[in-house]
Amino acid sequence: MPGKVAVYRKEHFNAAHRLFNPAWNNDKNNAVFGKCNNPNFHGHNYEIIVRLVGEPDPETGYVIDLKALSDLIKENVLKKFDHKNLNLDTPYFKNRNPTAENICIVIYDILREKIDKRLDIQVRLYETERNFVEYPVTKENF
Amino acid sequence: MVYLTRREHFNAAHKLYNHSWSREKNEEVFGKCANENWHGHNYELLVTVKGNPDPDTGFLFDVKRLSNIIREHATEKLDHKNLNVDVEFMEGQMCSTENLAIAIWKQIEPHIPSPVKLHCIKLYETPRIYVEYFGE
Repeated sequence: MPGKVAVYRKEHFNAAHRLFNPAWNNDKNNAVFGKCNNPNFHGHNYEIIVRLVGEPDPETGYVIDLKALSDLIKENVLKKFDHKNLNLDTPYFKNRNPTAENICIVIYDILREKIDKRLDIQVRLYETERNFVEYPVTKENF
Repeated sequence: MVYLTRREHFNAAHKLYNHSWSREKNEEVFGKCANENWHGHNYELLVTVKGNPDPDTGFLFDVKRLSNIIREHATEKLDHKNLNVDVEFMEGQMCSTENLAIAIWKQIEPHIPSPVKLHCIKLYETPRIYVEYFGE
């Protein structure tokens, strides 16, 4: 019994966003979010790494067909986020800030619905080369 | 002759959109880069100067001073900004990586003291796309 294997797919998208809380005044938004609160937006090259953990299928040897995973991410995530304004062009951040944390949770929720429940999913999102987040948090990190 | 490079970075929003064209033509030429509500990038900027090392210091140019020049005249005006809307030195220009590299050269070049010369502005829009401008 070989046990579980982790497989990964890396993708990227480029998007604009702005961090602010509409319930706060401009001074407080500036104090908390600094230059990320620029009303004309700024942007990033986001990288996502999707990690799936499961047992290889005895007939194919695959945990998942990585081409199928790539297509799934492209269709359900990249098409919605790439070259978009995360605040204005997607339905996900009408009531929450498009922080790296929240974007990561949204991507996880989208993929969780589409992927075989027997596979565990983790998403790592890089906002810059130096800032990245992971969701959900488990004992076995990347 | 020695070439010395300083790397800096900034994150910005932009769109590629020519206002003298119809929306259809913009979408045909610029595709998803014409998205009305902007998109954005992590830009990486490499500024290369050239010259001969000073015999007293061994330095071609003080890299801390080079970093300060780049920050004051380029990255502080670009970081967390909208290139089409917030940046004076891009006013009236298409915000392509090509034009941005040329504009950054114009911002920085007057502040590099002789005999050191600005050699190259290398600007990455993504890890896979970059332009170089040599002032020619």
